[in-house]
Amino acid sequence: MTDPRSVGLVVPQTARFDQELPLKSGARLPGFELVHETYGNLNAARSNAVLVCHALSGSHHVAGYHDAADPDKTLGWWDNLVGPGKPLDTRKFFVVGVNNLGGCYGSTGPRSLNPETGKPYGADFPLVTVEDWVEAQARLADRLGIDTWAAVIGGSLGGMQALQWTLAYPERVRHGIVIASAPKLSAQNIAFNEVARQAILSDPDFHGGHYYEHGVVPRNGLRLARMVGHITYLSDDQMAEKFGRKLRHGEPRFNYDVEFEIESYLRYQGDRFAKSFDANTYLLTTKALDYFDPAFDYDGDLRAALARARADFFVASFTTDWRFAPERSREIVYALLHNGRRVSYAEIDCDAGHDSFLLDSPHYHAALGAYLEGISA
Amino acid sequence: MTLYGRFDFDYIARWISPGERVLDLGCGDGSLLRYLQETKGIRGYGVELDPGNVTACIQNGVNVLQFDLERGLQGFEDDSFDHVIMSLSLQTVRHTVPLLKEMLRVGHEAVVSFPNFGYGPHREAIAKGRMPVSKHLPYQWYDSPNVRFFTIADFDALCAEQGIQVRELLAFADGQPVGGDPNLKGEVGLYRLGRQGSGPGG
Repeated sequence: MTDPRSVGLVVPQTARFDQELPLKSGARLPGFELVHETYGNLNAARSNAVLVCHALSGSHHVAGYHDAADPDKTLGWWDNLVGPGKPLDTRKFFVVGVNNLGGCYGSTGPRSLNPETGKPYGADFPLVTVEDWVEAQARLADRLGIDTWAAVIGGSLGGMQALQWTLAYPERVRHGIVIASAPKLSAQNIAFNEVARQAILSDPDFHGGHYYEHGVVPRNGLRLARMVGHITYLSDDQMAEKFGRKLRHGEPRFNYDVEFEIESYLRYQGDRFAKSFDANTYLLTTKALDYFDPAFDYDGDLRAALARARADFFVASFTTDWRFAPERSREIVYALLHNGRRVSYAEIDCDAGHDSFLLDSPHYHAALGAYLEGISA
Repeated sequence: MTLYGRFDFDYIARWISPGERVLDLGCGDGSLLRYLQETKGIRGYGVELDPGNVTACIQNGVNVLQFDLERGLQGFEDDSFDHVIMSLSLQTVRHTVPLLKEMLRVGHEAVVSFPNFGYGPHREAIAKGRMPVSKHLPYQWYDSPNVRFFTIADFDALCAEQGIQVRELLAFADGQPVGGDPNLKGEVGLYRLGRQGSGPGG
């Protein structure tokens, strides 16, 4: 099976950085590794590079597949967007995906060995922020010979990184593409994150974050965390349509086993996630989300915070996303208007809630594709 | 708007100075803004609700914001635009007066055009007992997107009552400016509006 619109089989690469990285928290990482993938070719002018930033559970594996024998099961998380002839067209752009610092897909994170102890960092891995991720990504850009990104794009937490890029390195980003994102989390967003963290922290197998040494993982906590998170990714309507009050056995059985189909679905999602993801990474990533607030240093004035940006912007939101609702994207748009930035904003009618940004509803990909087509490479 | 709007582009452009900030409400596929970008070097933004038009604007190289005008312009700051334009769509908006006031809050001047129900042939249609159907009113009464039906004289009266200054009025028929009584001869009225008390020319 060869799909002409797939980037095909891809092999991740690892970049090693030996220069110390000072973090926003004040901690320092003596050195680090970033696992990344690239698709397409960097042109001679080095002007066609696009960075794709991942969200909570994403990775460097954006497009194509890792196992030629089983492409469908090893597909990148944004494969419907990236490839030859797709909206983020790899015939035009050189696309870079990177696993963030603190991640669990190969970049330096809690599972990596702490050079000071010779043991995995575990809970000793410092908390990293969106700003720290962008600093690490900037070093990768230097390594790849990319002075200026044609665009930095991301959805959700990835959109926050795209926005942060335009603030930290205004001259190094021509277009910021911020999808299903927010300028900062609401109290409700933080509350959901806190429930997820408590599920992990209170799991007896957590061992203060040093579970690797005990040969266990806090699977139950991570599973619960994902179940809570997953509820916030879907819309009420979509859940009603997909599961409603459907009973597995057609009638109530009066016990705590799976009865309603939604229970089955959430348990399945939780189990699957808990097998592949790392609990410490989940913890620190939710904290990175909570801390992100570029307006914090400007008395909460987002307009002042975005004054540094020099990029053009495409912002998109989804009508049924209640995690990062359209209002949150409009805050970004109005702050950009205040600063006279060029910006287009699409509010896409899609019933899939927050997860809509990973789907390919027609208006979404048409508008995003048109914007990407207008970017000069 | 691309279908009917082009004849007024030149006239609108005469009211726009080079490099202005322009907001076009109900901007369609963005062709007016594109025209003003190319001829006047404006910094333009369009507001449009239709998904196909949003994509068309982006393809036209025009900044577009997919906002619902019925929600008003509250997110836009005072005096943030030199001109706020609403071309041939005022009759489709329910909250006419609040929107006009919002346009003049956000912009120094407003440019508004609409199909004139007082146009001679329309009066004749009514005199014969039928609602007018024409190039600029192509709909039947039961499938029209228009929700407000008014004449140039009605609009003049509203502006006087609301303290909106009419700085210029051009009337068009068959895509050409017409002289004489605009309410009788004009198929379309094109207005340049300002706030009472602020200087003409914005």
